[in-house]
Amino acid sequence: MSYFRDVGALARKDLLLELRARDTLPAMLLFVAAVFVIFHFALPGTPSRLETTGFLWVAILFTALLGLGRAFVPEREQRTFDGLVLAPCDRSAIWLAKSLATLAFLAAAEVVALPLYVLFFHPIRGAMVAAVLLADLGICGVGTFLGAMAVVTRARDLLLPLLFLPLAMPIVVGAVGASVSASPGRYLGFLALYDLLFAVVCWASFEYVVAE
Amino acid sequence: MRRIPLPALAVSSLVLVATALVFVFYVAPNDQTLGFSQRIFYFHVSIAFAAYACFVGGAWKALRHLWKRDPRADLESYVCIHQGLIFGAMVLLTGSIWAKISWGRWWVWSEDELVLFLVLYLFYCAYFMLRFSVDPGPQRANLSAVYALFGVVLIPVSFAAIRLAREFLHPRVFTLHGPNFGGWILVTYCISQAAMLVLAYTLYRLELGGKRLDARLRDLREVLA
Repeated sequence: MSYFRDVGALARKDLLLELRARDTLPAMLLFVAAVFVIFHFALPGTPSRLETTGFLWVAILFTALLGLGRAFVPEREQRTFDGLVLAPCDRSAIWLAKSLATLAFLAAAEVVALPLYVLFFHPIRGAMVAAVLLADLGICGVGTFLGAMAVVTRARDLLLPLLFLPLAMPIVVGAVGASVSASPGRYLGFLALYDLLFAVVCWASFEYVVAE
Repeated sequence: MRRIPLPALAVSSLVLVATALVFVFYVAPNDQTLGFSQRIFYFHVSIAFAAYACFVGGAWKALRHLWKRDPRADLESYVCIHQGLIFGAMVLLTGSIWAKISWGRWWVWSEDELVLFLVLYLFYCAYFMLRFSVDPGPQRANLSAVYALFGVVLIPVSFAAIRLAREFLHPRVFTLHGPNFGGWILVTYCISQAAMLVLAYTLYRLELGGKRLDARLRDLREVLA
């Protein structure tokens, strides 16, 4: 199973880089906290549970975008992208490894963000945590793929949100639905379906994004 | 389909669109519940279907580019999606007009198809941003093709998402189609649908021809320079 060994090696590299540089994760944490404060001032009156659930998901989405924008920066700055592509591993392993690393960062940010949300706004329920986990998979999988596409363009950081947000719409629907609906199972199932479908599409087509 | 000459296509789309207009305004009966304003549906739905066809066509060409390495497929995919975007803009416009007439507001979130088209419109606008921020070459073709494929996967997923979202967003107020769909209504719809599809194909061929000519001119200039 050398494929998974490759994925593990690449993911370890990204996590190690982040542990040493310590720039993306603290930024994401501060961003989430600041966004919550902005939300508090942005909505006049006392927001209801429904409204604050929306806040949470917008915050998670934009924090993820922040992290995703930084995902391929080391490869671009150190020019290691070519080296990665030349490595004797399946190209899709690069995508999977980077997704897993980004997932780790996003999950770490949410470990802080969710208690902060409970502190500032309303308590959360089990289905919301499940939705967070499933949504993270989709956000990281699709976001990493689009990040790899954006990093080779001239527009780079400008382009990633544009590419990502239309694709993130179903994630938001599933996540918010699972958080507020009386029957969250449907929405969680939808999120799982989205994750599976787009994971397959990303896995199959990453080859074409990095190759000539 | 391939080598139908462009003038023939242009004439047939002119004839079909004119016939469709006549049918929509004079032949089709007035709708019982919605009245005269329902007639915009003939165009709205036909244009929507034509736009979907363009996006699917663009994705098919994208697949041919990635899989079969067809050298013409990238430009064809791009032109298809461009046409789809133009028709998509028309869908949003006609939908907006209908919303104003029906509910007095230029935009309503309760119409699933309109919201779906908005999401797709944003998605394919990003396609253009992607395409124009990469220099021409095989990488641009690959990236555009992959993104076009994502789009076609997004269509059913977004549709399902919007329908799921109905529970906690807006309840459905009106249906897009009238209760009875037979007789002259069906005939008129078929004519306007055929008109829109032929028009879309004509514009596609027109633009494709123009872009191919541009590319050849550019190549010739480079050779001579």
